[in-house]
Amino acid sequence: MTVASDPPLRTPKRPNRMFKNMMAKIASIPMILTALVVFVGGTTWTVVYSFTGSRMLPKTNWVGLDQYERLWDSDRWIISIKNLGIYGGCSMILTLVLGFCLAACLDRKIRFESAFRTIFLYPFALSFVVTGLAWQWILNPEFGLQSVVRGWGWETFTFNPINDPDTVIFGLLIAGLWQGTGLIMCIMLAGLRGIDDDIWNAAKVDGIGTVKTYVVVIIPMMRPVFITALVLIASGIIKLYDLVVAQTGGGPGLASEVPAKYVIEFMFRAQNLGQGFAASTMMLLSVVIILIPWAYLEFGGRKNG
Amino acid sequence: MADITMTGPRGPKPKKVFSRANIFLYGTLIMVSMYYLLPLYVMVVTSLKGMPEIRMGNVFGPPMEITFEPWVKAWSQACTGINCDGLSRGFGNSVRILIPSLLLSVTIASINGYALSNWKFKGSEVFFTILIIGAFIPYQTMLYPIVILLREIGLMGSIGGLVLVHTIFGMPILTLLFRNYFASIPEELFKAARVDGAGFWQIYFQIMLPMALPIFVVAIILQVTGIWNDFLFGVIYTKPSTYPMTVQLNNIVNSVQGIKEYNVNMAATLLTGLVPLIIYFASGKLFVRGIAAGAVKG
Repeated sequence: MTVASDPPLRTPKRPNRMFKNMMAKIASIPMILTALVVFVGGTTWTVVYSFTGSRMLPKTNWVGLDQYERLWDSDRWIISIKNLGIYGGCSMILTLVLGFCLAACLDRKIRFESAFRTIFLYPFALSFVVTGLAWQWILNPEFGLQSVVRGWGWETFTFNPINDPDTVIFGLLIAGLWQGTGLIMCIMLAGLRGIDDDIWNAAKVDGIGTVKTYVVVIIPMMRPVFITALVLIASGIIKLYDLVVAQTGGGPGLASEVPAKYVIEFMFRAQNLGQGFAASTMMLLSVVIILIPWAYLEFGGRKNG
Repeated sequence: MADITMTGPRGPKPKKVFSRANIFLYGTLIMVSMYYLLPLYVMVVTSLKGMPEIRMGNVFGPPMEITFEPWVKAWSQACTGINCDGLSRGFGNSVRILIPSLLLSVTIASINGYALSNWKFKGSEVFFTILIIGAFIPYQTMLYPIVILLREIGLMGSIGGLVLVHTIFGMPILTLLFRNYFASIPEELFKAARVDGAGFWQIYFQIMLPMALPIFVVAIILQVTGIWNDFLFGVIYTKPSTYPMTVQLNNIVNSVQGIKEYNVNMAATLLTGLVPLIIYFASGKLFVRGIAAGAVKG
């Protein structure tokens, strides 16, 4: 900045600031266009048009908060939100707990560690569509798990979470956990590996048991890892769409609808763009609500201490 | 030998292999492994059975008579709507989507990362921050504006349009990956090249590119699995004749017409999962590195 205050002496060779680094600027055009046109422009456009009564085509007939009132009056949206809440809450807790426990097991200097890790992580490489269809088949009441257990002699065994509106969300959860826990385990494992052996030795000297050491010492030390994991899980939950389409199609009835599906149905099938825009703006809002505290903890907190 | 002269045992106390803690530990791990392996196993055995055997009962039982017919049928005869040419069409589309998307997104992201770490200009960090924040915005808020954009440039419904979409949405994470990698290369190298009079592209091609090969592999793994597994963009930005494999798979399995052929469905599901699975098992540690890089954003 001191250079800028004294330009004639310090920078005699540079004719114009515009042309400085010209090639880098040209090469960055795709990035700049993506950031400004698609991310900023696209998001703003959707938010602005959520205040219109657009149906088949986007129009600028302003209707204020009409779309939002209709959204929150819609049973389907309320069901979607509830489902996402149940799925999200369970998925968040279970993924964190299972992910951490698995990572802790793998961190106990065991044999075949890489084989176990490979097994826990492979579902993550698969598409949600593949996951959904595989579990749809396993949970098939006629031929799947339920019929096998009945075949073993337990005639009244009932486990039919795909066709029962009350439990369908747990059917999704089983598949979602199967796919997502491996990633969190990997992150947790990396976090555990980052903890100094001296901590363990000190705990041993003090006579603290293994489990207690994890709970009292290790988990508090891994706070940043947990926060990263939480943000990852949360952003995955909000995007939940493919799994539902493949595994249940939102059914039975509307029992497994989710917000992301609501948006796409209204935008591309029901030709009610305004509703879709309003619903997607609500999704954006929820992400903002999650991200701001995280950004504050991650970046704001670091500066202070 | 040394241990003969020693009076006592040396080294740490040997651990008992079958201690209670160990049995519990391995027991848990093996149980959990079974939960993880079960779907893959069930898919494989189902896809190798004939329909009569499936109707008889046990999904977990191995096939009594192995048949590859479901695989053949899934590949070349399974129906989506009126088209009965199997998943091979979806596979072809996915390949035609994957290769240009891969080349374009990795090229652009590597140049972005290089410019961001070595050729910072006024505002470059701002654009980068927007890009990273963009990675967290739900895709739903950008879906429709992109439809308009693609219509304007005449790419809506085509493979080219989807390639563009994949390039755009792959950019945040890949740019971050390359930026962090290039930032870790000693600056002296870059400065020496500058003193020798090398320019933007010369340094990129002759110094940075050869050094960045490992990170290119990570980026490629990340993108191949990401693009191959995509469903949302495929369903929205393509039309039935250009549907990628995942979308076609969903349409085959969840179609309401005709009798359900579970063995064909599972063969089709496995076929779709095969490409990312091969990448996963072949790449091993690099895959983990890729997702770890993807995980630790910012």
